[in-house]
Amino acid sequence: MDIPYTYTVRRDTGLTNGKIVIWLFLASEVMLFGALFASYILIRTGAQTWPRGDTILSVPMATFNTLVLISSSVTMVMAWASLMRHRFSTFRMYMGATILLGLVFLIVKYFEYSEHIHLGEVPSHSNFLAVYFTLTGLHMLHVFGGMMVNLYLWGPGAKLWKTNPTWFTNRVEQSGLFWHFVDLVWIFLFPTLYLL
Amino acid sequence: MSSDYAVDAVTSDHHAADIDRHVRIYITVFAALMVLTIVTVAISRFHLPVPIAVTVALVVAAIKGSLVACYFMHLISEKKLIYAVLALTVVFFGVLMALPVLSYHDGFWIR
Repeated sequence: MDIPYTYTVRRDTGLTNGKIVIWLFLASEVMLFGALFASYILIRTGAQTWPRGDTILSVPMATFNTLVLISSSVTMVMAWASLMRHRFSTFRMYMGATILLGLVFLIVKYFEYSEHIHLGEVPSHSNFLAVYFTLTGLHMLHVFGGMMVNLYLWGPGAKLWKTNPTWFTNRVEQSGLFWHFVDLVWIFLFPTLYLL
Repeated sequence: MSSDYAVDAVTSDHHAADIDRHVRIYITVFAALMVLTIVTVAISRFHLPVPIAVTVALVVAAIKGSLVACYFMHLISEKKLIYAVLALTVVFFGVLMALPVLSYHDGFWIR
């Protein structure tokens, strides 16, 4: 039996099931990161002293990564817009760029982590570093997960475009919503961890 | 609006013009996000007192986040059900954020 409302909208909601599901999932993600942010605030306000992020972390690297992730959000939405214009090859180009930008983000993060670990700045070293590694580590996992889905849509999953372009476009839109959420989380992580 | 696009992916000329208009908005938002990122870093160089620095950083981050949510995630023209889900999320997120604030004020609920 086919799953209903994958590319046709329900009359009562005006939405496809996939769209509702991705937003419910994002709502749960807000609570996940919200709980970690609340813990961070609790630990920071309870500490006698707290270091400024820029005395320990690399602001230039993080600024570069912020620009990279924002750029990837634009390429992602352009990939979706390309499908709306029935320009599949343009979609491939933008989606490829999104995946590559995600990879650049992870590579920069790898160098950042390596530098800290080399200096013995591991999570057990201080509360600040524990918070930093937990929040950025979880965020990195999300970037990796989003990249995997995007890679599938760029590669084998793109076959759906030939048989059901509307369904494929919906999938790209939903993957995009997750990707933009990952960008949104970083927009808050960057100043709170690196600049304050 | 934009969510309807996903359903009507088979586009007409009218749709194509509409998508072009959206693409121009995406580019504008992209430029705004880049500028605001630079502004965030520049402000941090002033070494403002912590409460002011936190407020300014969070205000700029909120503006950037709103741009992403409204335009890239198309929340500016979504269906009512999505808004309802998000309203509920905002309430519970608010409760989560209130917990450390209450704790900061000496845990008055314990007394």
